[in-house]
Amino acid sequence: MSVLLAFLRNTWRGLTAMRTALTLLFLLALGAMPGALLPQRSLNALKVDEYIANNGWWGRFLDDLQFFDVYASVWFSAVYVLLFVSLVGCLLPRTWDYFKQMRAKPVLTPRNLARMPHHATADTTAGPQAVIEHAERRLKGWRLVTGEERNGARTVSAERGFLRETGNLVFHFSLLGLLIAFALGKMFGYEGQVIVQANGGQFCNSGVYNYDTFRPGLRVDGTRLNQFCVKIDDFNATFLHNGQAESFRADIQYQSGADLETGSWRPYPLEVNSPLRTAGDRLYLLGHGYTPLFTVTFPNGEIRTGTTQWRPVNQVTLASEGATKFDPPDVPDAEQRRKSQLAITGLLAPTAVFRGELLDSAFPAANDPAVAIDVYRGDLGTDSGRGQSIFSIDQKMVQDGKLAKVARQNLKQGEQLTLDDGTVIRFDGVRDWVSLQVSHDPTQMWVLVFSVLVILGLGVSLSIKRRRVWVRATPQEDGRTVVEVGGLARTDQAGYGEEFTALSRDLLAHKEES
Amino acid sequence: MPVNATLATYSDWTYGAAVAIYFFAAVLYLCEAAFARPEKAKERELVAAGGIQLGGTDAAGTWTPGLVVKPELSRAERLGRMGVALTVLGVVVQVASLVLRGLATERAPWGNMYEYGSLLTLAGVVTWLVLSRTFPVRRLGGFVLVPVVILMFLGGTVLYADAAPVQPALQSYWLVVHVSVISVSTGILLVPGVASVLYLLKSSGHARFRKFPDAEVLDRLAYRSTVFAFPLFTIGIICGAIWAEAAWGRFWGWDPKETVAFVSWVVYAAYLHARATAGWRGRPAAWINSLGFALTVFNLFFINLVTTGLHSYAGVG
Ligand code: HEM
Repeated sequence: MSVLLAFLRNTWRGLTAMRTALTLLFLLALGAMPGALLPQRSLNALKVDEYIANNGWWGRFLDDLQFFDVYASVWFSAVYVLLFVSLVGCLLPRTWDYFKQMRAKPVLTPRNLARMPHHATADTTAGPQAVIEHAERRLKGWRLVTGEERNGARTVSAERGFLRETGNLVFHFSLLGLLIAFALGKMFGYEGQVIVQANGGQFCNSGVYNYDTFRPGLRVDGTRLNQFCVKIDDFNATFLHNGQAESFRADIQYQSGADLETGSWRPYPLEVNSPLRTAGDRLYLLGHGYTPLFTVTFPNGEIRTGTTQWRPVNQVTLASEGATKFDPPDVPDAEQRRKSQLAITGLLAPTAVFRGELLDSAFPAANDPAVAIDVYRGDLGTDSGRGQSIFSIDQKMVQDGKLAKVARQNLKQGEQLTLDDGTVIRFDGVRDWVSLQVSHDPTQMWVLVFSVLVILGLGVSLSIKRRRVWVRATPQEDGRTVVEVGGLARTDQAGYGEEFTALSRDLLAHKEES
Repeated sequence: MPVNATLATYSDWTYGAAVAIYFFAAVLYLCEAAFARPEKAKERELVAAGGIQLGGTDAAGTWTPGLVVKPELSRAERLGRMGVALTVLGVVVQVASLVLRGLATERAPWGNMYEYGSLLTLAGVVTWLVLSRTFPVRRLGGFVLVPVVILMFLGGTVLYADAAPVQPALQSYWLVVHVSVISVSTGILLVPGVASVLYLLKSSGHARFRKFPDAEVLDRLAYRSTVFAFPLFTIGIICGAIWAEAAWGRFWGWDPKETVAFVSWVVYAAYLHARATAGWRGRPAAWINSLGFALTVFNLFFINLVTTGLHSYAGVG
């Protein structure tokens, strides 16, 4: 009775555990889906704002429910933490069983082998002893026990495929390990992006302020970054006739570790698909674009050059837009200076085509650069306390009448225009910039190790079958021996058939021998 | 890297030819299914014995090369065999089309959705051919070939891309590894997907599906092919992650395609668990597998065409 109760309890537990895990798996899948369908802040914050703006209360409602930060949301985390707990709860007893089973003997031969899913029988003149010895030889590598029954019959019980459970446990534990390593990486890692001019521009991973954007993990405060510096000497892109990119390469130099003291630089060709790995961090070439070069000659003869990067608005033709801003020289009075700041905005085409007066870009390479610019003069709002974009001017200042458009013109390389106050603006061509990303993830090696173990465990547990075979040799009155073979696969029966057929053929092959 | 236009043209022609051949094969299978008499009792016995080894393959209606053709073959039987022969021919022609693309562009011929879809459907058809040798399911060939023809038709029209070199982000040997593994495993998963849908139809008990093979055969077919494809799919995803680490700066970033791949992975994992759990076997498991199938198709079309992720390769910018 108590055995029955224990059995029921165990079955119930097994069922509930599996059910819970299954349900949680579904919840995880369901929870991950919105991340593929809705814009996500971690991928594109602008699109999220746009979506919220376009969808009114619905957008705000989704935002309140963290649907734009799915993978950092409370509910998604709750599901995977629960799944994690359920996995542990599932694995501990299984591991315990596993170690017990490692030492267990195969179960006794069932009374009626004909009931088994696989069954074969034959009779022979050989004695039971010979049959059993033959079986033992044939079943080498199987876990075996032999037995004797009351009527003189001899039996062999054999079982094989314990590696299946090993693989299964390796798979599940590696999954746990993967989850932990992934979470730790998210906590202690960071990702930063920065745009650097490709004519010797430098970047040092010495502080967060060097980055344009920086995404730290929860446990990163940005103080102890791995020290290294890079210098971008040159950038090369090649394109096919249709404008499709064929290759990107930035020739860089870097220094890390001892180089920082000695001041020596090492060259590296930075390409897509081949990041620089140094000082425990990785440096990627993410993108590139153009910086228009403007030379401004102010009425007092002072010359300033503007080298602000513009950003591509068309990824195929690399038509770009931006704003190059100037402070007037020699104006010590802040009030006065604010009235005479200059900004050049508009469109930059690396390979110009004009449709009438309208400029567009025909090709992504800088074959024939030109700009279509609006020049503004007045207060750029740099002191207004509002955040300023480096790619545009503050439209509020224009609306308030503090910033006025003073010229609009197309300029090809080398052309210039003169403003009403005698200021001359010349377009000198373009220079490349590259956008770089530095990534730091201290546990990604572990993620890889666990992933490989996941595959190995999965392969083993899905390809190996746990299976049993029994042999019973029963002596008959006439001196012959009836040999019965039964087989059972403890997992899916599919595929055991072929093996059993071969096995039973060998096990029953006494007639020929004796 | 210049593209050999002649080879590219031949590749396009063979692709078209393969679609046409599959189409006729599908028609033959569907005719076979229409003319065939319902399941013979004998077949059911073979199945119940649980052993493929026991079945006389010809009696079970399965294709065997070099089989001695008995004179009293029924009309349905003859149509089915012609269907198989055509399918094999289609496979040969489709392989030729992929090889020609590869030669024309001098790279692995799976660098855009058109090529990717071709590899995927090829894997599905080959899997079907292989499995229909061990499972008595030949007359269901049409149900596999019809989706294949639709996918290939869409691939060759909506998704068609001229033979060309690939973007810098794709110039990596991981293109060879990741994409081939992902597309082959996805192609294989097409088969259990169809089998599970048919299982659901058959086990609904509706008289119309009386001619389908036993539900149990469909279930085992689905399980066996999933068990084969799932580890491959896992490898494909992990290779993708390794590549993403080198190409995009992180090994996992919830890009839409990554996300849907993850979701389908979880669904297939759930299927395998359900299949091993009493009470979930049978129809619930088949539902889960069909869901996995739906997600795969969703990933192929919706995610590739509608949402924009890194997989849409807008260049490095
Ligand atoms: C964790 C990372 C990744 C995952 C989970 C992943 C997953 C997938 C999946 C599921 C597909 C098939 C999707 C479909 O049905 O259309 C696929 C296709 C593809 N993947 Fe990835 N992938 C990853 C990373 C990458 C990377 C880094 C690249 C290249 C830079 C890449 C290139 C491709 C290509 C070229 C295809 C097939 C063709 C196409 O759909 O256009 N994948 N990937």
